[in-house]
Amino acid sequence: MMNERRGVAGWFDPRGRRLGGLAFIVNRLSGLGVLVYLYLHLLILTQLARGPVAWDAFVAFAGSPVVLAFDVLLLAGLLVHGLNGVRLALLGFGVVTGRGTALFVALMTGAVLIAAVGALRLFEVA
Amino acid sequence: MATLVDRPPEAVPAPGAAPVTATRVVRVRRTPRDGGAARWDRVEVPVSSSRMTVLDALTWIRSRVDPTLDVRHSCFHASCGTCGLRVDGRDVLACVTRLDDLREGEVSVEPLRNQPVVSDLVVDLEALYEALEPMAVPLVRSSTLVAGGRPAEGVPALGRFEDCIECGLCISACPIEATDAAYEGPAVLGAAWRVIDEPRGTDPASALAIVDGDQGAWRCHLAFECSEACPSEAEPGEHILHLRRGLLRRRVAAILRRRGTHEGSGR
Repeated sequence: MMNERRGVAGWFDPRGRRLGGLAFIVNRLSGLGVLVYLYLHLLILTQLARGPVAWDAFVAFAGSPVVLAFDVLLLAGLLVHGLNGVRLALLGFGVVTGRGTALFVALMTGAVLIAAVGALRLFEVA
Repeated sequence: MATLVDRPPEAVPAPGAAPVTATRVVRVRRTPRDGGAARWDRVEVPVSSSRMTVLDALTWIRSRVDPTLDVRHSCFHASCGTCGLRVDGRDVLACVTRLDDLREGEVSVEPLRNQPVVSDLVVDLEALYEALEPMAVPLVRSSTLVAGGRPAEGVPALGRFEDCIECGLCISACPIEATDAAYEGPAVLGAAWRVIDEPRGTDPASALAIVDGDQGAWRCHLAFECSEACPSEAEPGEHILHLRRGLLRRRVAAILRRRGTHEGSGR
């Protein structure tokens, strides 16, 4: 018999998903993004071992609009993943029941607003 | 595995009825019984009525175009749970899904996911039935719809608990089931909660022990796709949360008991 279990592809397939399923996909993607950033961050820190010249060159590069845009994306990813994590903890331990959708909409609205303010501040400072 | 029906398909107009003018193209996922390569068949189906369902279209295909199409069904009114399919990417019962309610264009019909495909649109639900057995799901339904019914001893009020029709739609919709065959799954966990909530003389401890593992209630990632897909509003997702709350209470009570025992023995 053929098995219709799709593996990891089954996590990310958005077809036919409702808000809860889309929130599941968003949480997985943002989690993977944050994980990739963690390793990238460790890689960047190795520049310190190459001396002040290499580090200063990186700091100058970090102020470029492309890197700042990446920082905004990172901030948004952290907010989405963190706030959705809070929602899941509240639901998962039975603190909140039956309000998962409303909670998701409220928290994601908050994430977008905070990310927008963060983006403005980042580009302002730069 | 497939069954032919005596009832004439809706697509065939009754004698004297208005001629069929509209058609819909139905794309059907075909998986040969011998394990050969799966393919999509496209069939133009006449639509005789706004009430015509996906199951009507499939039985029309079976009777008029291709009798080798395997599709399972029985009751035609969402009670037996045998005609679960994926229609346009959503897990539904084909017998109550009207073509008119679907988006315009081709209608895609696939077998349920996360369960072995026997052939074409028929999946093997044996694993689900076997997993439900240890839960000892009570067959008697306590229903508010029973006029003059009285709650059993220890049950504060009547309520509908036996809504699950064991159709497997929740298993197909669950994203965790896509990667983990060992996961107990929403149908079984929902059944476990019903046993615990309304034991009817049985000992719920065995059900709790089954669902308290890492492939039980704690494996759920709260997408609630199971509850969205459920055609009988059994709400397995919500039941999993009830289970978790019950399990947490049990663990906290055990910790407090142990602390009490230690303090008692320290005096």
